Amino acid sequence: MEWFEDSALTIATFVPIVGAIIMLVIPKDKEDQLKATALILTLISLAVGIGILFQYDYSRAGLQFEVDASWISAINARYHVGIDGISLPLYMMTLGITVLCVIYSWNHFPEPHNPKMFLILLLILETGMLGTFVALDLILFFVFFEIVLLPMYFLIGIWGGPNRKYASIKFFLFTLFGSAFMLVSFIALYFLAEPHTFDIVRLADEGLDIARSTAVWVFAGLFLGFAIKVPMFPFHTWLPDAHTEAPTVGSVVLAAVLLKLGTYGFVRIALPILPEAAQTWAPWIGLLAVIGIIYGSLCCLAQTDFKRLIAFSSVGHMGFVMLGIATLTPTGINAAIFGMVAHGIVTGMLFFVAGSMHERYHTRDIPRLGGMISSIPRLAGILVLISFASLGLPALAGFPGEFTSMLAAYEPAAGLDAAVFRTFLIVAAIGTVLTAGYMLYMLQRVAQGPIPVEWEGKRLHDVNAVEYVSWVPLIALTVVLGVFPGIVFNVTNETVAPFFSGIFG
Amino acid sequence: MSVLAQAIPAPQTDYTTIIPELIVLGTGLLIVLMLAIRRFSNIGWYALIAALGFAAAGIVAYVDLWPEVTDGAATYAFSGMVAADGFSTFVVILSCVAGVLAVLLANSYLKREGLDKAEYFALLLFSAAGVQFMAMANNLVMVFLALEILSVCLYVLSAWNRDKFASQEAGMKYLLLGAYTSAIMLFGISFLYGGTGTLNIAALAQFFARNVLENQGLVFLGMALVVVGLAFKIAAVPFHMWAPDVYQGAPAPVVGYMAAAAKIAAFAALFRILFLGLSAMEVDWKPLLWGLAILSMIVGSLLALVQSDVKRMMAYSSISHAGFIAIGVAAASAEGMSGALFYLVTYTFMIAGAFAVIDCIGRKDEQYTKYEDYRGLFAREPLLAAILTFFLFALAGIPGTSGFVAKFVVFEGAAEGGQWALIGIGTVAAVIALFFYLRLIVLMYMQDSTERPDLAETRARVAAGPAVVLAVTVAATVLLGILPQGLLDMAGQAVFAL
Repeated sequence: MEWFEDSALTIATFVPIVGAIIMLVIPKDKEDQLKATALILTLISLAVGIGILFQYDYSRAGLQFEVDASWISAINARYHVGIDGISLPLYMMTLGITVLCVIYSWNHFPEPHNPKMFLILLLILETGMLGTFVALDLILFFVFFEIVLLPMYFLIGIWGGPNRKYASIKFFLFTLFGSAFMLVSFIALYFLAEPHTFDIVRLADEGLDIARSTAVWVFAGLFLGFAIKVPMFPFHTWLPDAHTEAPTVGSVVLAAVLLKLGTYGFVRIALPILPEAAQTWAPWIGLLAVIGIIYGSLCCLAQTDFKRLIAFSSVGHMGFVMLGIATLTPTGINAAIFGMVAHGIVTGMLFFVAGSMHERYHTRDIPRLGGMISSIPRLAGILVLISFASLGLPALAGFPGEFTSMLAAYEPAAGLDAAVFRTFLIVAAIGTVLTAGYMLYMLQRVAQGPIPVEWEGKRLHDVNAVEYVSWVPLIALTVVLGVFPGIVFNVTNETVAPFFSGIFG
Repeated sequence: MSVLAQAIPAPQTDYTTIIPELIVLGTGLLIVLMLAIRRFSNIGWYALIAALGFAAAGIVAYVDLWPEVTDGAATYAFSGMVAADGFSTFVVILSCVAGVLAVLLANSYLKREGLDKAEYFALLLFSAAGVQFMAMANNLVMVFLALEILSVCLYVLSAWNRDKFASQEAGMKYLLLGAYTSAIMLFGISFLYGGTGTLNIAALAQFFARNVLENQGLVFLGMALVVVGLAFKIAAVPFHMWAPDVYQGAPAPVVGYMAAAAKIAAFAALFRILFLGLSAMEVDWKPLLWGLAILSMIVGSLLALVQSDVKRMMAYSSISHAGFIAIGVAAASAEGMSGALFYLVTYTFMIAGAFAVIDCIGRKDEQYTKYEDYRGLFAREPLLAAILTFFLFALAGIPGTSGFVAKFVVFEGAAEGGQWALIGIGTVAAVIALFFYLRLIVLMYMQDSTERPDLAETRARVAAGPAVVLAVTVAATVLLGILPQGLLDMAGQAVFAL
C-alpha cells in the first residue's frame, strides 16, 4: 500500500477542487446531476479519508502519509504535507461535515438558488480547509488558508441574509488584515532560520537562534493572523455578523471548520516554532480567552436572534479551546483539539437546526418563537439534546474538552505562573455556569411553553428525511464522543504528549 | 605632425550584436515608409506588422543571442558604445514582450477612440528600441541618446488622445519635466567625464581600479545627478511628481506599456552605470538607492491610499513598485539584481493586464476611471471584476501569484546583504499597499449598480486584442507565481554572466 501512503492526502485534498473544475462544464439547469456530482466528489474524499483512518498507525507519534516534493524551489517553498494526531481528527471532521453539508443543501438552496455555483464554491472551500490542516510548509499553508477566504466570502455575500454585503466584506477584511501580518511573520521566520526554510517541521525541530524580543514580535504577527480567525476577543466582531447573514451551510462550515484554522495555526505553527515567545504570550492569550468566555456568554444572554446567539456562544467555546492552548501543556492541547472537534460537531449541528427552524418559521427572532416541543417535537428534541451538548453536559461531546481544558489550567506548563492560570480557571468555571444559563434560557423561550398565537393552527413540518440523513451522524457523534472521549484523546495524545512535553518541558 | 596624417581607425561595426534592435527599428521605419506611400484604412495591418516585428526581434534575441551571451563574456561593439551580454539580451527580450502586449492593447483602443493613426505603432517600436539600446549602452552618451529616443516617443504617446485635455496635459507635463531632468542627467554625465576622463562605462570601472581620487566631490556629484535623471524615469520619490498626472491623463494602453518600459530601461541603465561602472563608489550610491527605495515604497503606498481615481491610484502603486525594485538594486549584488529583473518581468505582465481591464471598463473616452464607477462592478461585469481583483492581489504580492515571488526574491537579495531595515520597511509598505488595493476590491464587490443606470445599460466591450492580453497576462502571473524557476534561472544567468 505504498502508493496509498504517498498519495492519499493529495487525493483527498484535491479531489474536491478538481471536481469543481469538472462541474463548471455541467450545464446550470441540470441540477440533479450537479448535486449528485458534488455528493460523489465529497464522498470520494471521505472514502480516501476513511482509508487513511484505517492505514494510520495509531501507536506512532509524528507525521504519517508524508509527502515532501519540490514546488517553488526559488523561494524554497515545498509541497510538504502530512498528517498526525493533531490534524487527523480535524481533517476527518472536515471531510465529514462537507458531505453532510452537500446532503443538507439538497433541497435547501437559499435565494438566489444557483446550485451550480453554490456547490462549486463549497468544493473549493473544502480543498482549502483540508489543505490547511495537512500543509507543513508555511507558504503552502498560507495559500490554503487564503483559498478558504474567497468561497466563503461569496457564500455569505451572494446567498446570505439581508445584510450580507456588510457581513461578507467585514469577514473578508478582518481575515485578510490578520493574514497580512501572518505572512510578514512567515517571511520573517524564513529569513531568521539558518538555513532559510519555510518547512514547518524543520523550523520546529531545529529551533531558531534568535533573541526573545524578536521572537515575541514575530509571534505577534502570527497571533494577529490566527486570533482573528479563531476569533478571540476583541477580534471577534466579524463573527456574529458573518454567522447571522451566512446561509445555513455557510454557517455550519464557518463554525465547524473555519474557526479551527486559527486554533490549529497556534498548535501547528506558533507554539512549536516560537516556544519562548509563546511562554511570554501565554498569560495574555489565556486572559483574552477567559474574557472571551465571559463576554461571549453575557452577549448570548442579551441576544434575540437565534443564529446570533449561537455565534456568540462560539466565541465562548473557542475561549475554552484557547485557554487549553495557552496552558502550553499536553493536557491543555489535547483538550483544545478535542474542543475543536466537539465544537465543530455540536455548533455545526446547532446551525443546521437554526437553518431548519428559520425555514419553518421564517424568523429567527427568539421572542416570537416558542412551544417547539408541542408543535415540532422531533426538531425540538434534537435542539434540546444539542443545546445540552453545547452547554457542556457530561456524557455529551461538549463536556470532555472544556473540562480537560480547565483541568490543564490548574497546572500550566513550567515557566508559567500557576496562580494566574488558576484565576483563569475560576473565571472559566463561572463561564460554564453562564453558558448553562443562556442555553437553558434560550431553550425555555424557544422550545418550552405554549405555542405562541402567531403559530397556532399553522402546520409546521417536523424533521424530514434529508435532514435526518445529514444530522444523524452528527447527533450520534455528539453522544459517542461524550461517552467515549478516548476515541479522540487517544489519537491526539500519541502525538501531542511527546511533541509538546519536548518543547515546553 | 598633424592629426590628419594619422590613420583614423575605422570603427568596428558588428551588426550581429544588434540584430534585434535593427529588426525593431526597421519595422518602425517600414511602417513610416508604408504610410508615406499608401495608408491602409484599417490600422490592424500595421498592428500586425508591429507585433510581428516585436515577435521576430524577441525570438532572434532568444534563439540567436541568448545562448551566446550566457556562455561567454560580454561582447562590445561599435567601439565600445554598446555591450551585448546576458543582462542586455534579457532586457531586449522583455521589451519585445512588453511591445507585443502594447500593440495588442492599442489596436482596439485606437479604433474605438477614432485615433487610428498607424504612427502610434511606429512610435511604439522606436520607444522599444530606445529601451533596448539603453540596456546595451556601454557609454554614457549612448545612455543619454537611448533615453531620449525612449522619452520623446513616450511624450508623444502620452498626448495621443489629443482631443482630450487631460491627455494633452499629460504629454506636456511629461515633456517639460522630462526635458528638465534629461538636462540634469546630461550635466551629471559631464561631471563624470570631467572627473574620470572617460564616458565608457567599462572604462570607468577600470579608471577606479587604477586610480584613487583624492577628492571624489566631482565624481560623486556627477553620479548623483545621473541617478536623479534615471530616478525620474522610474518615478521614484522624490522625482515622482509627474507620474500621477501622466498616468491619469495618458491613454490606458500607453500607461500599461509606459509604466513597464520606462522602468525596465531606467533600471537597466542604473544597474549598468552603478554596478558595472561605478562599483568602486558603492558606499556612495548605496545610500542614495536606499533613500529612493524607502521613500518610494512608503510615500507611494501612503498616497495611493487616498486616491479616488483608479489610474491615479495605479500611478502611486507603480511608484511603490519602483521602490521594491530599487531594493534589488540597492542590494548591490547579483542576487538582488536578478531579483529586480524578475520583478520587472512580472510587473510588465501585471501592469499590462491591469490596464487592459481599466481600458475596457473605461469605455469610450475612458470616462469611467473613478472609484465611483467601479462600485458594484462585480454585479455588472463579473469576469472583468474577477480578473482585476486577481491583478490587484498579484500587485499586492499575495502568495500564489508572481507578485509574491517577485517581492520575495528582491527581499532575499537584500537579506543576503544583511539589509534587514530595507526588508522591514518593505514589508510594512507591502502591508499598507495591500489596503489600497483592497479598498478598490471591496468597492467592486460592495454595492449593487442600481444607482448607476448609465453604467448598468452598456456593458464594457472586451475586444480581441485586450482579451488576448488578459489571457496571456493572467496565465503568466499564475505560472510565474507557481512555477517561477525557469525565469528565475534565466534572470540569474543574465546577471551572473557579467
